[in-house]
Amino acid sequence: MFGLNAKDTRLLWIVIGLTMLAPFLLNPFPEGSELAQFNAGYPDLMQRFVIFGIFAIGFNILFGLTGYLSFGHAAFLGVGSYAAIWMMKLLTMNVIPAIIMSIVFAGLFSLIVGWISLRRSGIYFSILTLAFAQMSYALAYSVLTPITGGETGLQAKISDPRILDSNAGEFGRANLFGLHMNSSYELTIGRWEFTVNTGYYLAACVMLISFYMAIRIFRSPFGMMLRAIKSNQQRMNYTGLSTRPYTLAAFVISGMYAGLAGGLMVAMDTQVGPERMFWTASGEVVLMTILGGAGTLIGPVLGAGMIKYMENIISKINDSILHQWFSFLPDGLEDVIVAVVHPFIGKGWSLTLGLTFMAVVIFLPGGLVEGGQRLGRLFGRKSAESDKKTPPAE
Amino acid sequence: MDAIILQILNGLDKGSAYALIALGLTLIFGTLGVVNFAHGALFMLGAFCAVTLSRIISLSYIVLDDTKKDFLGNPTKIEVPYIYDWLGADTGAAIIDWSVPLSILFAIPVMILIGVIMERGLIKHFYKRPHADQILVTFGLAIVLQEVIKYYFGANPIPTPAPEAFSGSFDFGVLVGFDPNSIIYPYWRLVYFAFSMVLIAGVFAFLQFTTFGMVVRAGMADRETVGLLGINIDKRFTVMFGIAAAVAGLAGVMYTPINPPNYHMGMDFLVLSFVVVVVGGMGSLPGAVAAGFLLGVLESLASMGWVIDLIPGINQVIIYLVAIVILLTRPRGLLGRKGVMEE
Amino acid sequence: MGILEVKGVNKRFGGLQALGDVNLSIKENTVHAIIGPNGAGKSTLLNCLVGKLIPDSGSVMFDGKSVLGRKPHEINQMGISRVFQTPEIFADLTVLENVMIPCFAKRDGAFRLHAFESVGQEGGILEQAEAILSDVNMLEKRNMHAGSLSRGDKRRLEMAMCLVQEPKLLLLDEPTAGMARADTNNTIDLLKEIKATRNITMAIIEHDMHVVFSLAERITVLAQGTPLVEETPENIKGHPKVREAYLGEAQV
Ligand SMILES: Nc1ncnc2c1ncn2[C@@H]1O[C@H](COP(=O)(O)OP(=O)(O)OP(=O)(O)O)[C@@H](O)[C@H]1O
Ligand SMILES: [Mg+2]
Repeated sequence: MFGLNAKDTRLLWIVIGLTMLAPFLLNPFPEGSELAQFNAGYPDLMQRFVIFGIFAIGFNILFGLTGYLSFGHAAFLGVGSYAAIWMMKLLTMNVIPAIIMSIVFAGLFSLIVGWISLRRSGIYFSILTLAFAQMSYALAYSVLTPITGGETGLQAKISDPRILDSNAGEFGRANLFGLHMNSSYELTIGRWEFTVNTGYYLAACVMLISFYMAIRIFRSPFGMMLRAIKSNQQRMNYTGLSTRPYTLAAFVISGMYAGLAGGLMVAMDTQVGPERMFWTASGEVVLMTILGGAGTLIGPVLGAGMIKYMENIISKINDSILHQWFSFLPDGLEDVIVAVVHPFIGKGWSLTLGLTFMAVVIFLPGGLVEGGQRLGRLFGRKSAESDKKTPPAE
Repeated sequence: MDAIILQILNGLDKGSAYALIALGLTLIFGTLGVVNFAHGALFMLGAFCAVTLSRIISLSYIVLDDTKKDFLGNPTKIEVPYIYDWLGADTGAAIIDWSVPLSILFAIPVMILIGVIMERGLIKHFYKRPHADQILVTFGLAIVLQEVIKYYFGANPIPTPAPEAFSGSFDFGVLVGFDPNSIIYPYWRLVYFAFSMVLIAGVFAFLQFTTFGMVVRAGMADRETVGLLGINIDKRFTVMFGIAAAVAGLAGVMYTPINPPNYHMGMDFLVLSFVVVVVGGMGSLPGAVAAGFLLGVLESLASMGWVIDLIPGINQVIIYLVAIVILLTRPRGLLGRKGVMEE
Repeated sequence: MGILEVKGVNKRFGGLQALGDVNLSIKENTVHAIIGPNGAGKSTLLNCLVGKLIPDSGSVMFDGKSVLGRKPHEINQMGISRVFQTPEIFADLTVLENVMIPCFAKRDGAFRLHAFESVGQEGGILEQAEAILSDVNMLEKRNMHAGSLSRGDKRRLEMAMCLVQEPKLLLLDEPTAGMARADTNNTIDLLKEIKATRNITMAIIEHDMHVVFSLAERITVLAQGTPLVEETPENIKGHPKVREAYLGEAQV
């Protein structure tokens, strides 16, 4: 279906199911229970899951397929965000122009950066992309303040012209033809509470389209060429293929994905700051992709989800919550356990993240996807495991 | 003119730090073939060696001074370092004053130990893994190290002054015939520059004139052949890793009076050091040093008022701009060898 | 006038004159062998033909057009394919994908953004690829990773990748090196059949004289970067200059 083979179609359906039901699946614990800490089904976090999912899916098209490791993709995300906020300031609070322009501008910018950086390969390419991104960040902070708002960034304001909005002057909210992004429907079933949020569903649909397009690219002759480039550039050249346009196309496509993610961020929360382009943000998407499993279809989405989940959930846990959890233990033991766990939670969540990175690379070189495959094999689900892996074209 | 000289001098100490970190980075890359994202963390650990030592030697107990009263009429509390009791107040005070330079002695064994443990315990298993894996695991390690430091030392920068004798500035301008007060340069920065020159010279001499260094250099050029000669190259590379860690650590120790250390200083320097390594040419030691000083000085020159007036924002981007130009015109950096990291 | 005309080509590596005033003319639809001792400059000569190296001086004309200054992929698109001395294949891809890529290169040219087609549904290409794989007896290995093939199989795969492009000129750099005797004979048969059924010119570098004499119609002997003689196989056997060049190397 959709021009995909049976396995890919099934994978797509699974992802569709999971994203559509996410507000329910991610809130498995009843409100007020001790485990409610682990619920992730609130709009802000779910939006971040899918938006960073898009970012990582796009990054994976470049890195996973061609092996070119860009360290500057946050710049495209940032450019997308700035383009989107300007659309909201000048045209309308409707998110459609904002999202379209974020893709267009990020695509143009990545065309320039890619055209120059792809003259080199290996670490030299990585450093070139890093240099461009850091320059963009520094300039957004300083000289480009008229366009970027400098350190404070940009927000949609009442005083913005917004020529297409009829009710200009009144403060509009980000919307899709009148449907407000931040409007939510609260659903209470017994002790469970679920939030169905418009913004999330918009972002999720965009993510599904992005994911579908990524599958198509992976399975296309173009995708095969990109994998061939990773494998042996010399052979590509002597087979009559020009590698540069292929890598440039992959670079621009992944730049457009990054821009789309940036545009969606603005659609969900109408503000931008330059820190979005800082190199740590570029590093984060690299880590997401490798953590999930570079070159696999679902890996980057898993990696993005995992990092964002840890960042949000672990950082919220504090000592008193720990005491609650371990209250069934004798007092002395309880204190000891809380003291041991303490460095890893709250502000220490990055420590947990660092340890997770190390553990995954050491024990699961293929990322979370490989972990899933190993589990699958352990339970003898031979057929299901190959779902997630890139199967050879048939 | 005097302003330019001042900026060059200012650029030298930052350049020294870049050069020292980049030297270790490229040494590790050249010998072990490993991209070490935790190298900035080693710089940071060195700085915290200095902090730790200064805290240890100024460990104090509290005595009540009955001669002075505070506003509530209670005797004031005075902290007396234990070291005063052991070595006498004068010697004790001098040692506390000189804690940063003294930390060198403390940091060398500690950093070598950390380096060797890191290599044997972790890096060793990543020699044959893809660079992406190396980056991820060392990045993870860097995060862990800096979080541990943050846990014990807090998130704020910790002022760690230079010895009293070096805390002032001297009038460099007068020395070279300019008007007095035109080029004022803190002594410690000069010390830092001299120290880094000695350290760099030491590393080069070690590689040049010892058999150990010869084998390592041969190994950098052609690992397989050296391995075939029956020389245990791995052991030497472990030692090399320890040395690179110590160099980064010492760079950190001596940098503390210039910039109070905080837990993320390693990451701040890491990215620029990578740019430095690549600009110098991956795997080239002289290249790393030259590029370190070059970029440090250029960064400093670009932040002069009239330069910024001429090209707004140039001080922010000069390093990256230079890196782009050099990489596009000299594909392998200033002094790089062919075929390194281009797979 | 041959399909390939090499005139006065020189190439130095520092102090080493790898090629000195090489003249070579290869006629259409012939098999032309280039032999010579190790280090004679045979591979260097091929490198100059496919754009991997640029000669210091001289001219290389293919099909009436100069190849000098063109990029490797442009030269391939003109109709020159090359099998390398050490196999150059896509080790991370499957055998089938390895041969599909040259099919796409032939159909679509140097670049095409076919991002929304599906590899599985490329009917014509799939059949072409499978046909060539069965020609080289590798059809049953179609889903194996190319990197896990034996050395001989890698060579056959690379040959299939070149043949499927139906080049006008096929350059083979020691195509049977590292193959077992039986595989060598299969390769000879394959090349003979290709020669019989398709219009293809071949230049073959080979140390194995059995292969050379089974296939070649013309033989050029290269020594120290300079062609010594160019002759038919019959005349080359007892040629004194050839004996001299090969002294102790092989019995000609
Ligand atoms: N890129 C290069 N740089 C420097 N010297 C080279 C280079 N390529 C080849 N040579 C030298 O040029 C000479 C000719 O090499 P070439 O590979 O062409 O020989 P060959 O005839 O193919 O030998 P063989 O039968 O061993 O393959 C050799 O001495 C080789 O060392
Ligand atoms: Mg050869």
